[in-house]
Amino acid sequence: MKIHEYQGKDILREYGVAVPDGKACFSVDEAVAAAESIGGDKWVVKAQIHAGGRGKGGGVKVAASLDEVRGFADDILGMTLVTHQTGPEGKEVKRLLVEQGAAIKDELYVGLVVDRATQRVTVMASSEGGTEIETVAEETPELIHKVSVDPKSGLSDAEAEGLAGKIGIPSVLVGEAGKLIQALYQAFWDKDASLAEINPLIVTEDGRVIALDAKINFDESAMYRHPELEDLRDLDEEDIDEIEASKFGLNYISLDGTIGCLVNGAGLAMATMDIIKLYGASPANFLDVGGGATTEQVTEAFKIMLKNSNLKAILVNIFGGIMRCDVIAEGLVNAAREVDLSVPLVVRLEGTNVEKGRQILADSGISVISATTMADAAEKVAAAAAGA
Amino acid sequence: MSILINKDSRVVTQGITGKTGMFHTHHSIEYANGRNCYVAGVTPKKGGQVVEGVPVYDSVAEAKAATQCNVSVIYVPPPFAAAAIDEAVDAEIEVVICITEGIPVKDMIRSRDRMEGSSTILVGPNCPGVITPEEIKIGIMPGYIHKKGRIGVVSRSGTLTYEVVDQLTKLGLGQTTCVGIGGDPVNGLKHVDVIKMFNDDPDTDGVVMCGEIGGTDEEICAEWIADNMTKPVVGFIAGVTAPPGKRMGHAGAIIAGGKGTANEKIAALEAAGVGVTRNPSDMGKLMQEALQK
Repeated sequence: MKIHEYQGKDILREYGVAVPDGKACFSVDEAVAAAESIGGDKWVVKAQIHAGGRGKGGGVKVAASLDEVRGFADDILGMTLVTHQTGPEGKEVKRLLVEQGAAIKDELYVGLVVDRATQRVTVMASSEGGTEIETVAEETPELIHKVSVDPKSGLSDAEAEGLAGKIGIPSVLVGEAGKLIQALYQAFWDKDASLAEINPLIVTEDGRVIALDAKINFDESAMYRHPELEDLRDLDEEDIDEIEASKFGLNYISLDGTIGCLVNGAGLAMATMDIIKLYGASPANFLDVGGGATTEQVTEAFKIMLKNSNLKAILVNIFGGIMRCDVIAEGLVNAAREVDLSVPLVVRLEGTNVEKGRQILADSGISVISATTMADAAEKVAAAAAGA
Repeated sequence: MSILINKDSRVVTQGITGKTGMFHTHHSIEYANGRNCYVAGVTPKKGGQVVEGVPVYDSVAEAKAATQCNVSVIYVPPPFAAAAIDEAVDAEIEVVICITEGIPVKDMIRSRDRMEGSSTILVGPNCPGVITPEEIKIGIMPGYIHKKGRIGVVSRSGTLTYEVVDQLTKLGLGQTTCVGIGGDPVNGLKHVDVIKMFNDDPDTDGVVMCGEIGGTDEEICAEWIADNMTKPVVGFIAGVTAPPGKRMGHAGAIIAGGKGTANEKIAALEAAGVGVTRNPSDMGKLMQEALQK
């Protein structure tokens, strides 16, 4: 799960990480009032969307007066912000963060991830803050310093201060920066985060170390023990079809092709998308119905796929294991009757009771193009879509 | 021979009294030598019950003392599954196969750390299990698509494994053992560990490996294969069409920070001499061709 920058900073503040004084705002008047109450003579008005790259897209502005705060807030609220992470359609800005401006001396980077290779949390730090860390990793990997954290003891003083020293924090501030990195690790660990990035972490002209940005993602599997995080979910930032699908135990991700896919199992679902591409068409979605594939699930899956105006055909690929093909076929027939299919439907069933399943489809009277192998199915669905 | 499990394995089912545990224990007992292999079940506070003809104990330690079980399979719900792994590790069970999907990553980091220095082998979590055809089935896979033979299968995903097994069986290529290692980022055996076992198994002639986007496990495996593997390996990597930043079902299946793309993995495997197909319908055929070379 993703959260907004201001929510991330609230969490960090709780853990004692220094962040700028700031306030989330939903209107221009609120933004001006926030700037007034924060005080000072410089503020930053920041668009709050889940995607990164907001600055480059025009979603972050520095204001030198309350009038400028008003002007920028007015510009940014309601704008469609396009960044490299939003896709070309962009994202409407509905929330702002107004913060105290900081006199930046140095921009650094700190990030935490779960590292598959070490099976631990890795803390990464770099002197090259403010830029894409992927670019740093690619071009100057020697400037990224890493510590693999022992889950029993956590991040030690020596490790945290070592990192701080390596990324060019002045020696008088190494202790303070080390504490900040430790607090960041503690927040990550306590809250079951899957990713945390402070980019940039800054050293100010007046000698403070501050987290100027905060990006935190959480492990969906651990949400059951964090009801406090559930409140931070912003449904405006999530795909409405994906939310709808998840209510029915469907794992759905919309893509930009024309072939709707309904598959059981994530690996097989990806493989199905791949083979569609191999046969010259392109998938409209990833959809894993899980092991069950009940009538209700299949019906909902069809409904969600059919909402897509680009849809030209649907491919159902089910490998029946414990769940038998005849049961799945009945579910498909019922679902197809219920939703009034407006595009060609190709079905490939394999596995337990497959003959019975195919017979049920053939006898049903619904218009189904039956396929045997995955290749056969992909070829047929590509042809059906081209003819549609 | 086979790897990890065989007809002489003595299995304890952790979470046997739950709906899932009961259901799959039933089907596993019915498969091949299952009646003799499944010797115990564990559910805390339900010791003394009998499920599917199998005695239930309060703890893995008790089950082991009473039945000498050496393999465990876990169907415990996600909030308690990592503790179930810990319990099996503490009881020095040789092979622990965790089927449970959705275990918090932090729990797995802790459990993996606890296992340091232990001789227990962990398979999964979030996997279909392990099967040595016509001997023993431990997990949720459909047994009948498998056939005893000389091909090893290792995969991160469930139904995609069934797909490759089905293709192999239809081509007359039976399997020594099929191992589902699961789709989670922090887990037990990785591709490379299973490939090593197959390389050492005199009854395995070739290996099919299925990978997917996310992480660098396939690349690490490719490196080992290039230097050490004496048997043909063919593979498929799912997710060529997956967009970056989107989690494709499995917790581990995500292209993050430009790393873990299918094309990188395919390139690494091909450079290591692994025959990789872009067509998931051709996995079995590719193995057949590799054996004839």
